[in-house]
Parts: sequence; structure tokens; C-alpha cells
Amino acid sequence: MKRIFLAGLSTVALMSATAAFADDHEVKIGVILGFSGPLESITPAMGASGELAMKEVSDSGAFLGGKTVTPVRADSTCIDAAAATSSAERLLSSEGVAAIFGPDCSGVTTAVVNNVTVPQGVMNISPSATSPALSSIEDNGLFFRTSPSDARQGAILAQVVMDRGYDEVAVTFTNNDYGKGFADAFVAAYEGIGGKVTLSAAHEDGRADYSAEVGALSAAGGDALVVLGYIDQGGLGVMRSAIDTGAFDVFAGGDGMYGASLLETLGDDLEVWFGTLPGSAIEGDDPFVAISEAAGIGIDGPYVRESYDAAALMLLSMQAAGEATAAAAEHVMAIANAPGEKIAAGELARGLELVAAGTDIDYVGASGVELIEPGESSGVYREYELVDGALKDVKMH
Amino acid sequence: MHEFANAFVLFSNFVLIPSITYGSQLAIGALGITLVFSILRFANFAHGDTMAFGTMIAIFCTWGLQAVGFSLGPLPVALVALPVAIAVTVGLVLGTDKIIYRFYRDKKVDPIILVMASVGVMFMMNGLVRIFIGVGEVSFADGSRFIIRAREFREMTGLDEGLALRTTQVITVVVAVVVMGALFWFLQKTRTGKSLRAFSDNEDLALLSGIKPERVVQITWIIAATLATIAGVLYGLDKGFRPFTYFQLLLPMFAAAILGGIGQPIGAVVGGFVIAFSEVSLTYAYRRVFEYLGPEGFEIEGLAQLIQTEYKFAISFMLLVIVLLVRPTGIFKGRVL
Repeated sequence: MKRIFLAGLSTVALMSATAAFADDHEVKIGVILGFSGPLESITPAMGASGELAMKEVSDSGAFLGGKTVTPVRADSTCIDAAAATSSAERLLSSEGVAAIFGPDCSGVTTAVVNNVTVPQGVMNISPSATSPALSSIEDNGLFFRTSPSDARQGAILAQVVMDRGYDEVAVTFTNNDYGKGFADAFVAAYEGIGGKVTLSAAHEDGRADYSAEVGALSAAGGDALVVLGYIDQGGLGVMRSAIDTGAFDVFAGGDGMYGASLLETLGDDLEVWFGTLPGSAIEGDDPFVAISEAAGIGIDGPYVRESYDAAALMLLSMQAAGEATAAAAEHVMAIANAPGEKIAAGELARGLELVAAGTDIDYVGASGVELIEPGESSGVYREYELVDGALKDVKMH
Repeated sequence: MHEFANAFVLFSNFVLIPSITYGSQLAIGALGITLVFSILRFANFAHGDTMAFGTMIAIFCTWGLQAVGFSLGPLPVALVALPVAIAVTVGLVLGTDKIIYRFYRDKKVDPIILVMASVGVMFMMNGLVRIFIGVGEVSFADGSRFIIRAREFREMTGLDEGLALRTTQVITVVVAVVVMGALFWFLQKTRTGKSLRAFSDNEDLALLSGIKPERVVQITWIIAATLATIAGVLYGLDKGFRPFTYFQLLLPMFAAAILGGIGQPIGAVVGGFVIAFSEVSLTYAYRRVFEYLGPEGFEIEGLAQLIQTEYKFAISFMLLVIVLLVRPTGIFKGRVL
């Protein structure tokens, strides 16, 4: 017991010693992601990707006259708003971070923006929060996201479904912020272009039996079933049950339903299946592939590109403001969008120099980011389709 | 007549067949719970995870058999793996009894302490299953998936509505009938079965008449583990295996056992079907059934749905509360909880 106490004491002493070394030559950035919780499998790559951009900026020596950037990690848990809020508070009060990268999930992001960053006047950029509700949050211009709102995906999916000639559909969505927001956006957009939604009903994830849900959806009827859930959760269960009972033959899905595992499970029984998925707007050579793979991160993980861009945008806008404070928030939109010199991933040093010299830049980055009001990615989507037993991209939106 | 046939097929496809299958699975699970409750006198929370463990062993055996190219034609290989899975699960359950429950039984503790111990066992089995097979969904049903497909049925009969019948649904019902028959025969007709019932009825009298308590306990665990494994494998074959859903099955299974009268095997069976039927039939939207049954051109605006599907899981709770208020002993006079 005594030894543990001593060890704890010396750790605290060490930590405060590190804090004491922090000086004007260092800018700390808080990295809040769900390192534990439902997204724990994808957040390590997201964090590493954001930190890759920070390291690139730090190593360039051009950041705010030669300052270095140090990331400080904290856990958002993805689902526990109180835990995420206290993580953010700790980063600001005891670590003294200049801005916050993250959080990741929509629910905790809302909590952190409402309770911590906006009241304390700190900028934060989330790489992956997609809830439409965040578009209308009171953020005093301090909150941005490099991921698109699901409102946009809902509109695009509605158009895709309509373009394929299905004007009456049933909708099933996973019962959480993502599913609800997505479904609302889809229904609004679809009805706006003349479609009819016979029933929009939630399903719970993690259950084994979805015959009741499918029974209701089937009674409501429609040309197709739009599934806005997760491929390894209830979304799959609903689809399987719908196919087994012959309730629906045509299925459309959102980004959560994309993946080869659906084909393995449903096999030949699945005939018509299409949907939308966020994609990269990078055309031609993709410099991010090389730098990400060199850093051992790869490009396969979701939101890896958006994470790099969130960190890069944050630091470039600080460069534009000339100081590592919330004043940078005013410059984010200008840096991310045209006009200006295009800056790709891996060119952050050049970007920093151009900004320092007062030249306009248009940060393209890893995901081809374009920000629209109120500070979120406009979003590029791929339309995928099941063709001869394999998933193929058919169009970009 | 045609209209009536359509309505019946529609109702069978979405209500009758799913709830008979689900009911059979719940009934076998609830039987295990009710036996442990009546003979060992505590509510076994680890039952759901015992099911998951047994199913996991069956899956491993299935994979092994598939790897050597074994096939049962239209039937799933898991049926052959079932005896092995039962044997391993029985071993595990007897082991936990020896290490954990016997200690408390010898001390003659309150039942609530045994319940808490079973919660601990539940978490351990939970972890065990997740370590070995992971948390993801595993589909291990092979053989032919359907006996009748919805589309084939439509073409065959010329009706507008399709009826799908899956192989696993038929297997579930057949196995359930066999298992229940065998269990009731065992409890009613055999000497050992009678000693179990005697022990459950009055422990002291049973001891006086020379029934060995440790043997009764062992046999109870063997039956409970067998039932759990069979229920788990049937459920997994029909709906896919995922450790978390087995944990969640605990609520409807307990509801079924209590509803039917806890400690009454026949009650567990009836309770299982009541829970399954009410979950499916109360949330089904009857619009099209009514449209077929109604006069020509009869149309309904709404869905004709009693309860939205979101509230499906509240139904077991609701039934439980109603039964406890109105008839605390359950349908077939079990013990009062």
C-alpha cells in the first residue's frame, strides 16, 4: 500500500515537473476521443492520424515562429457525456491546452461544446461527429467538424432512392442519435422530392429477433426498405428477417450498412442492394496514402482522413491568427476553402509558410475538405451498389 | 375463400410461425430455470450465459466437423455437435457447482446469497465466452436454409401472400417437442425423476426417505445444462449467435418461468409461448390482414398496430407485473415468490 502511494506520489511529481517545463515554445492540443467504449477499435487510428498532422507541423519549425505542438490525450468514452465533459475540463484547466481536437461521437461532442469549450471560449474541431443536431448548436463560431452532417447524407440517399424509381419506401433506423438524425433527414428530404414513407420505425441493436419489426414494416409496405443502422448490429438482423419472410426484395442503406460481411451472411438471397457512403474527394494522386502508411496508420479506418484534416486545419488557422488561441476560429473557413493556393496532405510546412507570408491558401488535405456554414464538411458521398455478388461504386455525389 | 387464405398465410408468416419458434426456444430455456429454482431453490442468473457457453462449444465442434468435410445434407451440422456441447457444458456446470454453489449449500445460506453467487458465475461465463469466441455475430447454420421460400410458396399456391418456412424453425419445434416429452416422461415415470420431484416438494421428507441430496443436485444440474445447451443451439441456429443476446434472453425466460408458475415445468412451457405470442402478436401491424378479411375495397389508413415495435421488450415486463399483481403464483400455481 505504502509503495503504491509512493509510486503515485512520484508520478504526480513527475507530471508537475513536465508541466513546469512547458514554456512558450510549446503549444498543447487536447485530443479527446473514445479510447474506451463502442468506438475503441477505430479511435487509435484516428488519434494517430491527428497526431501525425501535429507532428508534421511541429517538425516544420514554421509554426508560430518555431513553436512545437504536443498532443495530450483524454478519453471521451463515446457515450458517457459526464466523463467526456470532465476529460475536456481537465485538459483545459490542468494541461492548459490551446484547443481541442475531438470529441468523436455526436452525443459527447454536444456535451463538450455546450458545457466546456463554448463557455470557456476554446476552439474545438471534431473529426467524426455527424449528427444533424450539431449544425444548429450555439457555438459562438468556435466549433467545427471535418465530417459532414447526416442531414446531407439523408438528402443524398433520398435522391438516390428516388432516381432508381422507388417512390414509396419503409424506413428502419437504429435507435440512437445517429439513426434518428439520419432517418429524420432522409424522410424530410424524400418527402420533399415527392416520395412517400409508409413507416419510419426504430429498431434496437443487439437483439436477435426482429420478426416483429419486420412484420410492422411489411404491413406498412413499400417498394424498398431503407435500413439506417449498423451492419454488425440490428440493421443486419432486420434485413435478414425481411429477406427470410419475403417482406422486401429491395434494400437501401446508409454508411453504417456498408461492408462485405453483409454479403457473407445473406449470400445469394440478397438481390437488390444499394446505398451511400462518405468518400474522399481527392482525385488522381493521393499523397495521404504514402504518409499515412509510412506512419503505420493506413487509410482503411473510418475518419482517418478527417482526423488528419481536423488537426491540420486547427494548426493552420492558429498560424493565420498568429497565436494559439480561440482567435484562430475566425480563420478556419478561409483556410479550408477556396480561393488560395491548394495545400495537400503532407504539405503542411508549405502551408504554414504561405499563411505566415499572408498568402491565401485552400486546404485540401487528406479528405478534400470543403467547409460549409456553420462549420462542417460539405461531404462527398459514394453511391454503392451490389453488382454480381460484389459491392461497386457507381457514382459520386 | 381466396381472401381468407391470403389473410391466414400473411398471419402465419409474420405472427404464427415466428412466435411458435421463439416460444419453443424460450420454453426450453425457462424449463431449466424453473427446475433449478424448484429443486435447488434459487433463481439462476447464469442460465443465459450457460446457454451461450454451450452454444459456443457447439459452434467450435461444428467448425471442426465442417473442416473435415462432414455434412448432414439439408440439416445443420450443429445437430451432431450438440451431444458434445452438452457433455462439455454439463462438465462446466458441475464444476461450478462443486467449486462455488456447494460451499454455500453446505452452509445452508439464504437463497438470495445463492442468487448473488449465480450473478458472479454469470459474469465469469460471460467473460469466458467472449474470450474464446469474441463478441461479434457468428452464423453457424449450414445445410439448406429454407423448406419453403416465400416466392416459391406464392408461385405454388397462386396466392398473393408468401409463406416462408426455414429449416431451423422446423428443427426447433421438433427438437423442443422431443425434449419436453422426454423431460416430462423422466420427471413423471422414472425413479430418479420422482426423487427429484420429491426433493422439490419437501426436502426433509425426501432426505428421510433415503434420497441422496448430492445426487439430486447433480442430476438437476445435468438436466439444466442439457436444456440450456439445446435452447442455446436452437436459438443460435435460428437467429445467429451473439453472446450479448443470450444475456438479454434472461428477462423473457424468467418472465416465462414466473408467468407459468415458477417451479412448474408445464408452466415454463406455457409461459414461454405466452411471452412469445404476446411479443409478436401485440406489435404486429394487422392492416393487411384486416384488408383481406374485410369487404371488397376495404382499406385502412393506419397500421392497425396495438403497440409500436419499440416497446416490444416492455411486453415481458408488463405481463410479469400483471401476473405478479393478479395471480402471484402464476398460471399453474407455482411457488409464491
